[in-house]
Amino acid sequence: MLKLKNISYSVKTENGKLQILDNICLSFEKGKTYAITGHNGSGKSTLAKIIMGIIKPTSGSVELDGQDITSLSPTKRAKLGIAFAFQQPVRFKGVTIGDMLSVASKDSATFDDHCNNLSAVGLCAREYINRELDASLSGGELKRIELALALARKTPVNIFDEPEAGIDLWSFDALIGIFKKLKDKNYTNIIVSHQEKLLKTADEIVVISGGKVEKQGNPSDILKTLSTSAISCNRLRGEQ
Amino acid sequence: MNLDKIDKELLKEVALFHSIPEGAVNIRKNGEGVYRTSSAEIEITPKKEKSGIDIFVKPGIKNKSVHIPVIISKGGINDLVYNDFYIGEGADCLIVAGCGIHNDTALSSQHNGIHTFHIGKNAKVKYVERHLGVGNGAEKILNPTTEILMESGSSFEMETIQLGGVSSAIRKTTATLQDNAKLVIKEKIKTDENQTAKTDFTVHLKGKNSSAKLLSRSVASGKSYQEFRSNLIGENECFGHVECDGLLTENARIASLPQIDAKNSNAQLVHEAQIGKIAGEQLTKLTTLGLTPKEAEHFIIKAYVK
Repeated sequence: MLKLKNISYSVKTENGKLQILDNICLSFEKGKTYAITGHNGSGKSTLAKIIMGIIKPTSGSVELDGQDITSLSPTKRAKLGIAFAFQQPVRFKGVTIGDMLSVASKDSATFDDHCNNLSAVGLCAREYINRELDASLSGGELKRIELALALARKTPVNIFDEPEAGIDLWSFDALIGIFKKLKDKNYTNIIVSHQEKLLKTADEIVVISGGKVEKQGNPSDILKTLSTSAISCNRLRGEQ
Repeated sequence: MNLDKIDKELLKEVALFHSIPEGAVNIRKNGEGVYRTSSAEIEITPKKEKSGIDIFVKPGIKNKSVHIPVIISKGGINDLVYNDFYIGEGADCLIVAGCGIHNDTALSSQHNGIHTFHIGKNAKVKYVERHLGVGNGAEKILNPTTEILMESGSSFEMETIQLGGVSSAIRKTTATLQDNAKLVIKEKIKTDENQTAKTDFTVHLKGKNSSAKLLSRSVASGKSYQEFRSNLIGENECFGHVECDGLLTENARIASLPQIDAKNSNAQLVHEAQIGKIAGEQLTKLTTLGLTPKEAEHFIIKAYVK
């Protein structure tokens, strides 16, 4: 069980303080998939990064299986079993996809393991394993590799920050299949997304708005409440 | 041939020797040739008028190799050697050179290797040179000079790698390409402490449809200084691309001075250069995979110049 207790995060600005997250309390159970959604700038990605330890909260705590991990680095959290797939994958000159998969799998993986993880995201290991993770790869390829790295970690908690971005040539069903397989292993999935099709597959949807949990519940209850009514601007709503 | 443990270690690093390979081999130690063997396809003969060897690769041979490593295992050596390579028309071969200096003494040692390649028509050459300095003694200096003369339709791929420990290096490489000749140079340099490494490439794209790609990747640590200079001169309808990437750690410095000169209006020349510290987002990504920041830095540097 992963718990967020009273998580707040603010940054200093020229005009004082900007509150990004405000007293977030959430629990994520084993074997369940959670979708975190909300408008751009609502604080979803910040929340995901706080779970991974990339961003330290201003106040509040993060607990994993009863252990307070708030002060732990991303390295230690990774070793405790949290994986994170970035919204915008990082490029590395000189580093091959095989090198990265080996790091992700703690060097214990075989070529077959790499092949399985790359196949799961629609890439052929023979074609990709020795390629560098550099600008020669398209945004879509990088995104799929980022997902493969998360799969290679085989960790009980998996965070995906907008995994659907850039996978236009790949089927959504395959992506949904990945989350289902992780769930079947009794892993926890936390997916930051705007995509209705992905939100529908979650056990629970958490809607963040203005840095707070606006609502949470099962997809059938939450999705019907997510409409353009949340948009405050008449023109953006399509009204004259 | 008398090779001790240090010699064997140096040969393993600079020429990837686990044992003496098949084919033509020339080993030079402390300023003297200590082992030489020719093969049916590649002949090595010593020069008469000055120090060095001539290497003749027969026309049309395929997948053959020649290894000519140099090792220096003591201080006070100032080695100057001229090696000329004559690659026959249509030949396809691998040439492995390189120099390793182990110096535990108070006297500096240096090796100045002057290599000239005469690449015949449609010949294809891969040339690998690896440089290494080890030991706690005085300076280990390496100054390789390479001249590449490429006939029409030939291709030359050069991998030049400075593995580390070299106090000072000045690399000068010039190339002249005739019609349809293709040159690729991949340079990787690692410096630390107060070391300096200077590189200077001049490439004349004389022939129609000739092409050259110079890729330099370096890591400078400590207070080391690296300087990259290149001049690509397009004298015909040709293509040239220079790319210089440098990673800085601690208080090191890298200067990149690429020049491209299109003397012909149909020449297409490009240069790119990027120098900076390891990106924070790269370290973050690796820490989320379980590496510590220090391990992540080592991983990035190792991959960058491997």
